Amino acid sequence: MTRRSTRLVWIGVIGCVLAAAVGLSMFALRSGIAYAMDPSDLKEKSIGPGQRVRLVGLVKEGTVVRGDGLKVVFEITDSVETISVEFNNILPDLFREKQGIITEGVLRDDGVFAADTVLAKHDENYMPKEVADSLKKRGVWQGDGTAEQ
Amino acid sequence: MIVELGHMALVLALALALLQSVLPFWGAAASDDRLMATGDVGSVGILFFIAVSFFCLMWAYATSDFSVVNVWENSHSKMPFLYKLTGTWGNHEGSMLLWVLILAIFAAAVGVFGGSLPAKLRANVHGVQGLMLMTFLMFILLTSNPFVRQAAVPEGQDLNPILQDIGLAIHPPMLYLGYVGFSITFAFAIAALIEGRLDAAWARWVRPWALGAWLFLTAGIAMGSYWAYYELGWGGWWFWDPVENASFLPWLSGTALLHSALVMEKRDALKIWTVLLAILTFSLSLLGTFLVRSGVLTSVHTFASDPTRGLFVLLILCFFVGGALALFIFRSSSLQAGGMFAPVSREGALVLNNLLLSTAAAVILLGTLYPLVYEALTDQKLSVGAPFFNMTFAPLMIPLVLALPFGPLLAWKRGDILAVGQRLLFALGAAIITTILVLGFTAKGQWLAPLCIGIAVWLMVGSFAELFQRAGFRKVAMPVFFARMRGLPRTVWSTAFAHFGVGVMMLGIVSVTAYETETVASLKPGETVQAGGFEVKHMGYTSRTGPNFDENSARLEIREGGNLVASMEPSKRFYPARQMPTSEAAIETFGFSQLYVALGEGTPEGATTFRIWWKPLVTLIWFGPVLMVLAGALSLTDRRLRVGVPKRARPKADEKAYAA
Repeated sequence: MTRRSTRLVWIGVIGCVLAAAVGLSMFALRSGIAYAMDPSDLKEKSIGPGQRVRLVGLVKEGTVVRGDGLKVVFEITDSVETISVEFNNILPDLFREKQGIITEGVLRDDGVFAADTVLAKHDENYMPKEVADSLKKRGVWQGDGTAEQ
Repeated sequence: MIVELGHMALVLALALALLQSVLPFWGAAASDDRLMATGDVGSVGILFFIAVSFFCLMWAYATSDFSVVNVWENSHSKMPFLYKLTGTWGNHEGSMLLWVLILAIFAAAVGVFGGSLPAKLRANVHGVQGLMLMTFLMFILLTSNPFVRQAAVPEGQDLNPILQDIGLAIHPPMLYLGYVGFSITFAFAIAALIEGRLDAAWARWVRPWALGAWLFLTAGIAMGSYWAYYELGWGGWWFWDPVENASFLPWLSGTALLHSALVMEKRDALKIWTVLLAILTFSLSLLGTFLVRSGVLTSVHTFASDPTRGLFVLLILCFFVGGALALFIFRSSSLQAGGMFAPVSREGALVLNNLLLSTAAAVILLGTLYPLVYEALTDQKLSVGAPFFNMTFAPLMIPLVLALPFGPLLAWKRGDILAVGQRLLFALGAAIITTILVLGFTAKGQWLAPLCIGIAVWLMVGSFAELFQRAGFRKVAMPVFFARMRGLPRTVWSTAFAHFGVGVMMLGIVSVTAYETETVASLKPGETVQAGGFEVKHMGYTSRTGPNFDENSARLEIREGGNLVASMEPSKRFYPARQMPTSEAAIETFGFSQLYVALGEGTPEGATTFRIWWKPLVTLIWFGPVLMVLAGALSLTDRRLRVGVPKRARPKADEKAYAA
């Protein structure tokens, strides 16, 4: 092969790999991400059907109801709006009422949020940053201004 | 008293590091032998003082000295002794101290083992290391001092229960040895840029260091993965969590560096790229440190977020990465570029490896930083989850794995792909047979997983082709063949086993992803459920009191075809000091597969929810990296690669050429 054709082969190979990477990333960034929202956001904004959302907020006191098997229903609130969440799995150890949590899933047509992931943070007095920011935005934050313990 | 000694030693280390970041550079610039030699002494001195400081802190933890704020916040007098010791780095301040301790160990290693390095190169390397030590020591002393005292308190607040595990003894030190180990290749790259001198010998010096760091990073990541797997109770082994990505990024570029240094060493080419990779790898390590330590991300690794700390680490990051890249742009044009290669050749294959690995790293970097950038620009939060990474990373790795067995078989300069293909026919055969067998046995209309298993087998078998080829399989008599096998250089063996390890890991990943089964059941004592081909019977509850926790567990009997094969005891613990519950999953290993049982909540009627996974071949996910680590260690024992040994044959000529 001549020097020129060698160079062309390399440019072709590198171009293909990079184009594939860019294409894959663009595609995956559309479907592989979830926007973080609190209940007020979720009610205000219109989101497409099946769009994954990361819903953050506090578990409302006295709303945790266990159903058949693993099914559990509870409400998440940012103290302005409240959304009902259904979850069909074992809850994390640190899940409890009045606790700031993060859930991920999709909003169903009946207005119930079907979560497939529930995250409660690894520390007992830790408030997830997303939740703290949401509470600040809704004007009900009573912490010391930072999201740390 | 001992605590104050530790604090003082840390200040002295900073003073020495200040000198270290000036004198060796000066000596190298002025060609002053005595000034250059200060680097060797200085690096050992800094290590001494940091080690003293570190062990003083450990002493405070061992003796539960709660007058030290850091100990009070992260320890408890009733904690098992091992966790008291490992608690030293189970918090922000202590883990930063471990970080600089390891940085100092590597810097001193250059002084102690770098005898054969040219004096100027060594002095500049010391200078760069000194700068890094200085900035990180300042960071600790100004923002994260672990030696702050308070009025004595009777009892500590306990270590985060998730960290009370043998994993904390191994995972962070291993990971840091890897992360920070790449500081040496970074320092070598900067030193080479300062001098404008870069040759095959440079690559020969750098490669063992890069390999050493890579070994620890591989072990650290694999260990962390297994720890998360058994401790978090979610049954997952990799979550594409930003903090995991932060450790995986330097691993990818470090792996690329190992391979490109090979091209540079053998063919004196890819120089500029290799230097860039050396800079990028450590930059990614620093980025990881920033992401984890600044509190930008929230995860189990983030101990506490303090804005001043984040800003400080960001400044350090910008200084080193920006400075290094600026130097690179200024000086790289003066370095002589290598020539073009034929695409079908050993070096061509290594370039393809680098292309795919660095593209994969770029994609993961994009996914990791995207939420941060997006929030900064639009004030809207989003998360990039596992689907993004699976969709982008896997397609980039498949061609890499397919091409991998070809690489070591191709000749340098010009390879013959058809001849190599013929030698790999048996690997192809093994892959096809495996695919058909798996298709036949599973028969669920799934074709992707059997195909991927076939590809993994292709890699596992193909990895050994070079050994067979070089020993003259079927060309010589069997005894001669075995004698030749034994006589092959260790690096050839290590290449084969490291690549085999990648195949083993892939087999585990595909098998678990496609064929794991999950059973969720609510059982009262005496009740039975079928899960993963086993009969799981609830035998009743047990509670006991640990040193600093209370534990409630369920006893399970596992039967297969009526025979008792195992008893398992998943449990829940409660740590009163932190008011924190944890789950302890029970895991039983059958061959390479595991039965994994996590405990859910109890119901008022006395039943408990169990989550039972059957994870086929799951342990291969960690055996693969273990093989890679062992293979890398084997390669380090090869005489030709031993640290400090390279180029024994003509060091004098080298030194002269260097001085000229």
